[in-house]
Amino acid sequence: MDFGQYQNIVTISVYGSAIALILIGLYAVLIKKNLIKIVIGLSLADAGIHLLFVAIGYLKGGTAPIFSPSVVGENVTMVDPVPQALVLTAIVIGFAVTAVALSLVIRLYKHHNTARIDQIKSLKW
Amino acid sequence: MKNIIVIALLLVVGFYLVDSFNYIKFGDNRLGAPSDEKTVGAYYLNNTVEKTGVANVITAIIVNYRGFDTLGEVTVLFLATTGLGSILYRRRKEGEHEERVTKESSYLLQTGSKILFPFVILLGIYVFIHGHLTPGGGFQGGAIVATGFLLMLIAYKNFKLGHNQLTWVESLAGITFVSIGMWGLITGGTFLENSFIPKGTLNSLFSGGIIPIIYIAVGFKVAAELTGVLDILLSIKPSKIKK
Repeated sequence: MDFGQYQNIVTISVYGSAIALILIGLYAVLIKKNLIKIVIGLSLADAGIHLLFVAIGYLKGGTAPIFSPSVVGENVTMVDPVPQALVLTAIVIGFAVTAVALSLVIRLYKHHNTARIDQIKSLKW
Repeated sequence: MKNIIVIALLLVVGFYLVDSFNYIKFGDNRLGAPSDEKTVGAYYLNNTVEKTGVANVITAIIVNYRGFDTLGEVTVLFLATTGLGSILYRRRKEGEHEERVTKESSYLLQTGSKILFPFVILLGIYVFIHGHLTPGGGFQGGAIVATGFLLMLIAYKNFKLGHNQLTWVESLAGITFVSIGMWGLITGGTFLENSFIPKGTLNSLFSGGIIPIIYIAVGFKVAAELTGVLDILLSIKPSKIKK
């Protein structure tokens, strides 16, 4: 796909949304008091990083790196497969992190009857 | 005060992210021409079909080139399931049996999920069996299968999952993965060597040697693990609020 005169807009929107997702996630992790929201922030930052990776791997006019019967023998450009494989790994690890973090949140909630970190006093020293 | 510091920090981080991505143009060809391989990606694109006989390059990377990494990844998933179980473990009282928090759902949802369930499972199995031919693979297919089980867990309050069966499926899949890898060592090659099963013709179901077998094993393992996670998270009872 050739973006032509829209090249700049496409670049800004793809990279911009990815970086915005990362920053929103970091903001939630740093500012929010509710533990569930912190976990959501982690997931958001994760999603932003995945988007950034796949965007780096994209090249103009590239198809998915699959040698299906319709592209065998034809002169096609394919996108970089390495970031996609890395992102597949990262998604799975992100899932594992989210699941364990949520279970810790549940445990804390049951112990303190609140999911807000500023109300969990026993964490302070 | 804290907000201002955080926003300043985020502005610095954002500035440097944006600044560094000024140099990486979106859509630029960084792979180099097919004749000279500048990057690893170009090497994979040029050699995957010939060396592994698999049409989907990403599958070849995940299962073959970086197969050891995938073994570690599956182990991380297993550890997450185990950790979840041990963190949320609760000793059951006498005569108390496991029961989920969800209420009995409506007749519409129950019937709908009963009809959809086999098709969702079928789609998941299709996705991981054809992981080396089409987009998708073990992880994606496993996630789809787990979605089917989630549907049933939401719709039916008394839907029971056989925990022994889940453990068996997961263990057998893991053993299959490791033993196929070890077989490469036994026959005198390297771990996960892809040479003792004929590679077949490109773009047919039986192609790629050990790659589809390993991806099917990964699919079963991921499906069992994700279903286990969902079951553990859904079977938590709400704590009584102490005033």
